[in-house]
Amino acid sequence: MIAAALTFAFACYGLALLFNLWRIIQGPTSADRILALDTMVINIIALLILYGILQGTAVYYEAAMLVAMVGFVSTVAYSRFVLRGDIIE
Amino acid sequence: MDMTFLAEALIALFLVISGIFGLVGSFGLVKLRETMQRLHAPTKATTLGVGGVLIASMLYFLLVKGSLSFHELLITLFLFLTAPIIAGFIGKTYMLRHITRDDLPASGREYGWALYDAAPGEAPEDTDKA
Repeated sequence: MIAAALTFAFACYGLALLFNLWRIIQGPTSADRILALDTMVINIIALLILYGILQGTAVYYEAAMLVAMVGFVSTVAYSRFVLRGDIIE
Repeated sequence: MDMTFLAEALIALFLVISGIFGLVGSFGLVKLRETMQRLHAPTKATTLGVGGVLIASMLYFLLVKGSLSFHELLITLFLFLTAPIIAGFIGKTYMLRHITRDDLPASGREYGWALYDAAPGEAPEDTDKA
């Protein structure tokens, strides 16, 4: 039962990544693209944790934590760059 | 035997619910019309979806593997803390390019809007030069 639910969740998040990619390509404003990239990072965190459940190891939490931190910093840096024209003033 | 079935059903339920939430969040990103509307879908639904995945992972390692882990709570806390900050930054990014000062009402305070006016400590002439 868990295997079937895992397959369903993998399919959902894979499809979600495709939607995000469409918004990155299509997105009329830069705010849309930043938002889609941030959503992509969050979906990748979910995929990493699902893969950790599939493999039955706790190694992937560290990877998920690192991806979460790098994703947050990069989103803030991108927004700062658009807002102020510079990242560190 | 019955308890194992119950635990597996609970984990599978959380996995399915979180998958649907994640899909709805990203589908909203595609479907909604305005940028400010699009801001709502990923910041709420996708964050909830990841929270569901993390709860399922915690339950799986607790009930099936028999070991309690708190890493997931750390990731959940981090995501729930950063989601509103990111939403605020992206909203300001959109406002700077697409909403002018005249579209907004007066702030009703001594100081104006943070995005368009100088910070309270600074003199307006300094910020104009910089």
